Amino acid sequence: MRYAMVIDTLKCVGCSDCVVACQTENNVPMGYCRDWVTETVDGTYPNVELELKSERCNHCDNAPCVRCCPTGASHIVEGGVVLVTHDECIGCGACIEACPYDARYQHPEGGYVDKCTFCHHRLEKGQNPACVEVCPTKCMYFGDLDDPTSEVSSLLQTRKHKVLAPEAGTSPNVYYLIK
Amino acid sequence: MQEEIFVSGRHIPNIDPYLQIWHWEISLYLFLGGLAAGVLFFAALFYLLKKEDEMPATVKYAPIIAPIALIIGLAALFFDLTHKLYVWQLYTTVRIQSPMSWGAWVLLITTPISILWVFSYYRETYPKLEAKLQTFKRLKFLKLETFEKFLIKNRKVMAIALIPLTLVLGIYTGILLSAFNARPLWNTAILGPLFLTSGLSTGAAGILLFTKNHFERTLISKIDLALIFIELALIVHMFMSMYAGSQVQLEAMEVLLGGSYTVMFFVFVIILGLLVPFTLELSEIIGFKVPIIAPAILILIGGLIFRIVMVNAGQLTRYLY
Amino acid sequence: MTTSRRKFIKISALGLGGVAASTSALNMFGANTYLDKLVKQNVAGEFNKTATYCEVCFWKCAAWAYTNDEGEIIKIKGNETDPHCYGRLCPRGTGGVGMYNDEDRLKTPLIRTTVDGKQTFRKASWKEALDLIASKMTAIKSKYGAESFALLKHGSPGSHLEHLFKAYGSDTIAEPAYAQCRGPRETGFELTLGSWIGSPEPTDIRDTKCLVLIGSHIGENMHNSQVQEMSDAIDNNATIITVDPRLSTAASKSQHWLAIKPATDIALLLAWMHVIIEEKLYDKAYIEKYGYGFKELKEHVKDLTPEWAYGITTIKPEKIRETARLMAAAAPSVIVHPGRHVVWYGDDSQRERAIAMLNGLLGSWGKRGGFYFKEKVDLPKFPHPAYPKPKWGWEEIGAKYPYAEMGITSELIKSSIPGEDDEHPIKAWIIAGTNLINTVPKREMILKAMDAVEFIAVVDTMPMEITGYADVVLPECTYLERYDGIRNAAKRTPSLALRQPVAKPKYDSKPAWWMCKQLGERLGLHDYFQYDDFEDIIKWQLEQVGSSLEEMKRLGVKKFERKTPLYMEDGEDFEFGTNSGKIEFYSDDLASNGFDPIPVYTAHPEPPQGFYRLNYGRAPMHTFSRTTNNPNLFALKSENKLWVNPKIARIIGLKNDQLVWLQNQDGIDSTFSIKVRVTERIRYDSVYMYHGFGHTNKKLSRAFGKGESDTLMMSKIPVDPLMGGTALRGNFVKILTEDPHKNSKV
Ligand SMILES: Nc1nc2c(c(=O)[nH]1)N[C@H]1C(S)=C(S)[C@@H](COP(=O)(O)OP(=O)(O)OC[C@H]3O[C@@H](n4cnc5c(=O)[nH]c(N)nc54)[C@H](O)[C@@H]3O)O[C@H]1N2
Ligand SMILES: Nc1nc2c(c(=O)[nH]1)N[C@H]1C(S)=C(S)[C@@H](COP(=O)(O)OP(=O)(O)OC[C@H]3O[C@@H](n4cnc5c(=O)[nH]c(N)nc54)[C@H](O)[C@@H]3O)O[C@H]1N2
Ligand code: SF4
Ligand code: SF4
Ligand code: SF4
Ligand code: SF4
Ligand code: SF4
Ligand SMILES: [Mo]
Repeated sequence: MRYAMVIDTLKCVGCSDCVVACQTENNVPMGYCRDWVTETVDGTYPNVELELKSERCNHCDNAPCVRCCPTGASHIVEGGVVLVTHDECIGCGACIEACPYDARYQHPEGGYVDKCTFCHHRLEKGQNPACVEVCPTKCMYFGDLDDPTSEVSSLLQTRKHKVLAPEAGTSPNVYYLIK
Repeated sequence: MQEEIFVSGRHIPNIDPYLQIWHWEISLYLFLGGLAAGVLFFAALFYLLKKEDEMPATVKYAPIIAPIALIIGLAALFFDLTHKLYVWQLYTTVRIQSPMSWGAWVLLITTPISILWVFSYYRETYPKLEAKLQTFKRLKFLKLETFEKFLIKNRKVMAIALIPLTLVLGIYTGILLSAFNARPLWNTAILGPLFLTSGLSTGAAGILLFTKNHFERTLISKIDLALIFIELALIVHMFMSMYAGSQVQLEAMEVLLGGSYTVMFFVFVIILGLLVPFTLELSEIIGFKVPIIAPAILILIGGLIFRIVMVNAGQLTRYLY
Repeated sequence: MTTSRRKFIKISALGLGGVAASTSALNMFGANTYLDKLVKQNVAGEFNKTATYCEVCFWKCAAWAYTNDEGEIIKIKGNETDPHCYGRLCPRGTGGVGMYNDEDRLKTPLIRTTVDGKQTFRKASWKEALDLIASKMTAIKSKYGAESFALLKHGSPGSHLEHLFKAYGSDTIAEPAYAQCRGPRETGFELTLGSWIGSPEPTDIRDTKCLVLIGSHIGENMHNSQVQEMSDAIDNNATIITVDPRLSTAASKSQHWLAIKPATDIALLLAWMHVIIEEKLYDKAYIEKYGYGFKELKEHVKDLTPEWAYGITTIKPEKIRETARLMAAAAPSVIVHPGRHVVWYGDDSQRERAIAMLNGLLGSWGKRGGFYFKEKVDLPKFPHPAYPKPKWGWEEIGAKYPYAEMGITSELIKSSIPGEDDEHPIKAWIIAGTNLINTVPKREMILKAMDAVEFIAVVDTMPMEITGYADVVLPECTYLERYDGIRNAAKRTPSLALRQPVAKPKYDSKPAWWMCKQLGERLGLHDYFQYDDFEDIIKWQLEQVGSSLEEMKRLGVKKFERKTPLYMEDGEDFEFGTNSGKIEFYSDDLASNGFDPIPVYTAHPEPPQGFYRLNYGRAPMHTFSRTTNNPNLFALKSENKLWVNPKIARIIGLKNDQLVWLQNQDGIDSTFSIKVRVTERIRYDSVYMYHGFGHTNKKLSRAFGKGESDTLMMSKIPVDPLMGGTALRGNFVKILTEDPHKNSKV
């Protein structure tokens, strides 16, 4: 089992529904977010290209946030999901410093570190993550990369894709379809 | 034109637009850790070299800095934790890959040893104080006398333990930062040796504040000169390797060379923290009369500012956005 | 002029009640304790779900609202069986919880009063507020006639008030969704294809082979199923052609982005028709059978070549030919989308007519992948006595515009100014669910009208700009706390959807149906309100169609069998709803009324030196001005920015996030500053901003003063001579780098 998220940038419209859905599903405190949307514009009018994409923790195979965590609060569970156990986290901030994607934050009230969980509580019930489920362009796919017949596997086999900041060497599990 | 923006209002406190997760507490902690490592390293080293009597400041007096620095440092670290009540979780596991973890363990071992070291010299170095406090008499039931004897007998064991522990501690203060790939400014293997050297140098400076005899002062000054020289070389080396690095590293270097931390870095770290004390110490060795306290204080302040600059500037540098 | 009788109440001494006063601090996130509180709950916990449909915009997606054990609303999700949303809400619908939780909400009825010479609101009881409104309604009726009491409304509360008004004897009713929005397209399509487009649009995007978007910025315009279907179309490798002077999100997803010069679309449409006719690419059999006036059209566009259009639109002739051929190749599975907010330059009905004609040539009407025939459920109305017949109403007020088919907001407002239309004097307003100040252009005219009328009551959920001008404010509870009419919208599959209270109304707010019944009883109109609870009506209606409230509570959405075909058969004998029963490429009707029987291109004014055309559109995560204070959606986008092309930025010396002010062609200054966004997505002759920002009511603790209002800058308003639409795209602004109010501020 190796969970992955595949996001089709050709379809994402940058509406940020994924961000609100995560907020209400996971009670993300106001002013914080576990996912966000970026817009990249390239070229000169009228030869302009625009890429919109929804970003979050990449649940890296080679996760520096897990490696640097002194207590083991940051850990990887079955399926490659990177989680933080709140009661083991001391709030040292090392994992935040370690994440090249700035995907983590300190919970303003709890003090522990929090981030995207791939909606682990939903996965356990066989449901898709909240952001995937809500996206009005259906540009997000979620599934098991170890299963060659899964939707995510076949998308990655047939479509050109990229990951964010590959030079950081983290082996992300969130992929972006770009062609 | 290339433009990259956040569509949804990502503005997470302490994270956007750049990290402010680690504050002055961490800089202070790294500085004090390096200082303590330096002081203890020299104490242990010269003890083992049997220079206890020629170099009383190094072996007996200056080590008082270590436990104080370590305890303040740990307190500072604790202060910067945002989930403090769970701090004990640090000691439920050993994480070989986490510098923070072995730092915590090294400190857990080094701090008591440093206290014991200082205690073993307590009655010898501060007889007047003890005469006043009379702790040994008052706390008779603790059998302090026996304990002291035991410690004095085992100073060599402590010294042997301290050599690797202090080296690890010194390197750790640098590795803690350099382990972070994500912050291009920190992501250089030179940071470990650089911080170790700087730590030893501040340690030497700390010792200089306690020295009274000429031999000890000259020796430590010479050592310090060498350390400053190495430190400067390592800084040059750091820039060179960044210069040869990727775009993100070039941008990171800019923060120190032509950005918001340039003045602080060059004026306080390079000039006042390294070049000026270097010149002063050299003058003193050559024979000019220099109040030794001046270069020592400059080195200590420079060392602290160096860590403040590195911690803050590093958090300005990122991979994305 | 400081003697305005009805001054806008900014900060009231008495406040909107003590609670409001204490929470009005400009605290961006701190005040949102409600979500922070939720954090402590177990996110994985089980919630109750209650069926409803969304009111954050007018697409009316059916949804499930989840409540926790305390009965608080936690999250809202789409109803999987709903053809409006297919189980996925848009960001605004998902963020609908923020409407319910917004601590700035109107909390109690308010009555305007004067304390120490200062106008302010005081808290009032429902009885007092309703008595006052009823007495004004009675007084106006006896003094001027019920016709002189106007209703300006939008959305669900509007339909309850419409019933009250018609029973009371007034048909002086208008909503901004007509003359500020869809009006021209309904006229253009009615005249050409004999049918309104209506909402939701019956565009078969899911199955189309070619989608042509003319200004319609689906993807930023988040009308839900259209967005979803456009995504399906991308998956199906459909050709997407977008005509937009700005690189809209849709344009960025299109194979062909035609970066048209603003205000020249009719030229492009005529040139497209030229190519399709000259190259004989049209659907011959279809035109032969259903077309009327094709010969005249052919003659009309004979010389309107792509080369001719190039000079006007700046779109290369090859590109015009190529895209015309692509449309024809896909026909009839092609949609030249009518758009929705189409009040642009004043000749909008004619532009929409050209779009309808192009669809006619391509034979896409009634075809799979083109426009399907929508169908709704035959849902009987709850019985009530016939409405009295008013002496005049919206029709008479809009009589200047022969093709107006609904009330024209701006004309009703004008008729409220003495001397403007003395035949139809309007003396009092109820405003429900529309924030006129940020919705209708020409602010000065609105202020003048509000100053003139004798009474204004506002039914709203939030302390919006418009509430500041009311004599009485009635706080409505949000859509999540009330019953409203059953949603019976026309789509591919007829369906009904239920809205019911998910939670108890917060504060002292009440549903509009309740207010209307209370007013009706006070006005002696009991016969029109023969029910205790709106639930009774819903129960009765559902029983008439073989369902029940219980069933609808369980399902949320109930689908029904279609009774008529979804598409037209090839060669079927089909009668279009036009006078001729055919697709009218030439309109005798228009000719007889002195209008162009076939659309012609006329040039529109261009920005003078130093000015830029003010372009505007939708922020995908906001609905107009209504959501900018919503805590969840505010967190996504808290202000609008002024998009400026880098060339212009260089000339004026603008940097990203620099604060600037605007001044329009009539010397109107922006109230607030707005941040600059330097971007290649906009032309060098235009600037762009999201609509809905720049709130001036301080009671909106988050949205107040954030960004700027596009509406404020709109004072030059050509009116569509066919149907009275107010054209909003002909305003020009200057960018000021210094605060124009600096000297007037002490
Ligand atoms: N400048 C400019 N003007 C425009 C447009 C534009 O793009 N630019 N767009 C035009 C278009 S397309 C349209 S359709 C119109 C829309 O115009 P409006 O419908 O007026 O739009 P909103 O600004 O959302 O105002 C809605 C009002 O209803 C209130 N409200 C929300 N929910 C409820 C409820 O449940 N009950 C009650 N009683 N009140 C409620 C809100 O608080 C707000 O005051 O605007 C038009 N005007
Ligand atoms: N997120 C969100 N979605 C909404 C709404 C909302 O408030 N928020 N409101 C809903 C409502 S009621 C409506 S009416 C619709 C409106 O949605 P649409 O009908 O899609 O909107 P328009 O305002 O017609 O289109 C705006 C686009 O027109 C382009 N444009 C400007 N001038 C010209 C021109 O001269 N020619 C051409 N070809 N294009 C031009 C602009 O650059 C912009 O991209 O949106 C609906 N959907
Ligand atoms: S919800 Fe989907 S379309 Fe919208 S921003 Fe997120 S990924 Fe993109
Ligand atoms: S994205 Fe960041 S937080 Fe997530 S697994 Fe990778 S390094 Fe860790
Ligand atoms: S902040 Fe928490 S999760 Fe992050 S490294 Fe420290 S203990 Fe681990
Ligand atoms: S997977 Fe879940 S936690 Fe992660 S961004 Fe999506 S909704 Fe949020
Ligand atoms: S399109 Fe969005 S805001 Fe409009 S009704 Fe549907 S979910 Fe609500
Ligand atoms: Mo609209």
